[in-house]
Amino acid sequence: MTTAIELDDLSIRFGSVSALQGLTFSVPPGAFLAIIGPNGAGKTTLLHTLTGMIQPSDGTVRVLGEAPASLSGDAIGYIPQVKTLDRHFPARALELVVTGLRPQWPWRLRSADRAAAMNALERTGAANVAERPLSALSGGELQRVYLARCLMRPSKLLILDEPGAGLDVAGAAAMHHIIEDYIAEHNATAVMITHDWEGARNHASHVLLLNKKVVAFGPADEAATEQQLLQMFGYTGHLAQTHGAHDA
Amino acid sequence: MPEPLTYAFMQRALIAGVLLSAVAGYFSPFIVQRRMAFLGSGLAHAAFGGVALGIVLQFDPVLVALPFTVLIGIGIVLIREKTELAGDTAVGILFAVAMALGILLLSRTQQYAGDVMTYLFGSILAVQSADLVWASGLAIFTIVCARWWPVWAYATVDERLARVDRLSVKRIELALVISVAVAIVVSAKIIGILLVSAFLVLPGATARLVAHSFAGMTGWSCVIAIGGTVVGLLGSYYTDLPSGPAIVLLQAAVFFIVAAVTRR
Repeated sequence: MTTAIELDDLSIRFGSVSALQGLTFSVPPGAFLAIIGPNGAGKTTLLHTLTGMIQPSDGTVRVLGEAPASLSGDAIGYIPQVKTLDRHFPARALELVVTGLRPQWPWRLRSADRAAAMNALERTGAANVAERPLSALSGGELQRVYLARCLMRPSKLLILDEPGAGLDVAGAAAMHHIIEDYIAEHNATAVMITHDWEGARNHASHVLLLNKKVVAFGPADEAATEQQLLQMFGYTGHLAQTHGAHDA
Repeated sequence: MPEPLTYAFMQRALIAGVLLSAVAGYFSPFIVQRRMAFLGSGLAHAAFGGVALGIVLQFDPVLVALPFTVLIGIGIVLIREKTELAGDTAVGILFAVAMALGILLLSRTQQYAGDVMTYLFGSILAVQSADLVWASGLAIFTIVCARWWPVWAYATVDERLARVDRLSVKRIELALVISVAVAIVVSAKIIGILLVSAFLVLPGATARLVAHSFAGMTGWSCVIAIGGTVVGLLGSYYTDLPSGPAIVLLQAAVFFIVAAVTRR
């Protein structure tokens, strides 16, 4: 397999509203792709298309050599946006992590599953919340729990919808390292939506700047330049200041 | 043997009550966690249209109300899926249509007022051997459904995760709606159409206050439903009150006590 993800003139429309227009690019296996774009740019729509939840209106998309909808569930490790979870569901963090092994809610936790889940939670720095109810987890803690859930089974593709949301600086850096380790360990590919430009430039191998169309795509240091970000957002924020300070 | 148990009608009512409350207790946590309480209320009112149709046609009302209510449930799911209308709007439209149809039909057949009252408010005296067959069938159906508890529960926690894991979330929702519709119709004779939605919500709501896991919530819900029904039925016998209100008020009392004790 020469490409992990291949899009050819992909367009998505919801009725008369165009969400994505003519996306063409390919991502090699083992890449860590960061998707950056303003609100309403179609980032989550693109992720849902890669998972097979949304079908292309035009064009084609191939993931791991297949149409996304025909991929088996265990081919993809997925972290949704936090808000999709029912936080009032009566459950402990450990139970959510165990669903990473198989897509079923456990009647009771087997000792082997519990040990594997604890190991995953330790890797994401969330072992201390293992027995805590979902409703009592902060946004950042829940992201670590979801990441631990992804670590429970080796998938060839990690899809992460704003996994850094709610994480502190150290937590976000640790998350990037965990994703990099995961890619190396399982020869996987990772796709992540992020608003952390600095983190994307430092950790991702590839960056996609998206605003319904491909604004820029390529190796991180080439695609996520200040000029490209300025063109898309009209603003580079602390990125310009940080680099300006370094230059001085 | 306690006096009420020496009567055949009370034996039938208790057996049917235990079976139906076990079913209600099983589905109640799903109804509560998936915020389907209004849907349950809507389906119960829709069942009234089916019962009325059965009475007018002089068929077994349960036999007519079952497909009628299931079709209304499927209609609600389809309207929600195929239009931009919210689920509660679809429920509001279809249950009003079914209720209006029922009232219209019954306005032509005043002589069946007794039957209507039985279905509206529930009566232990009305439980016949055929109702035991329905209740047993529903209990067996629920035992079969228990096989899918882990998958249904998973799809309840996070629909999007379930979809990425290739679970058919729409099919699960449809199965739950149909199950609830069947449970409502079969329970209507004992609990009453007006109160059956509370019978399906209260055990799960009370269990949610005490349980720390979904499995625990399901277990507690069944215990609360069965306990409330048995005590409510016996209370109904001794006080000569309608069985439906007796059971629902008892379960509501338990809910309020537990809510007061466990409040944050």
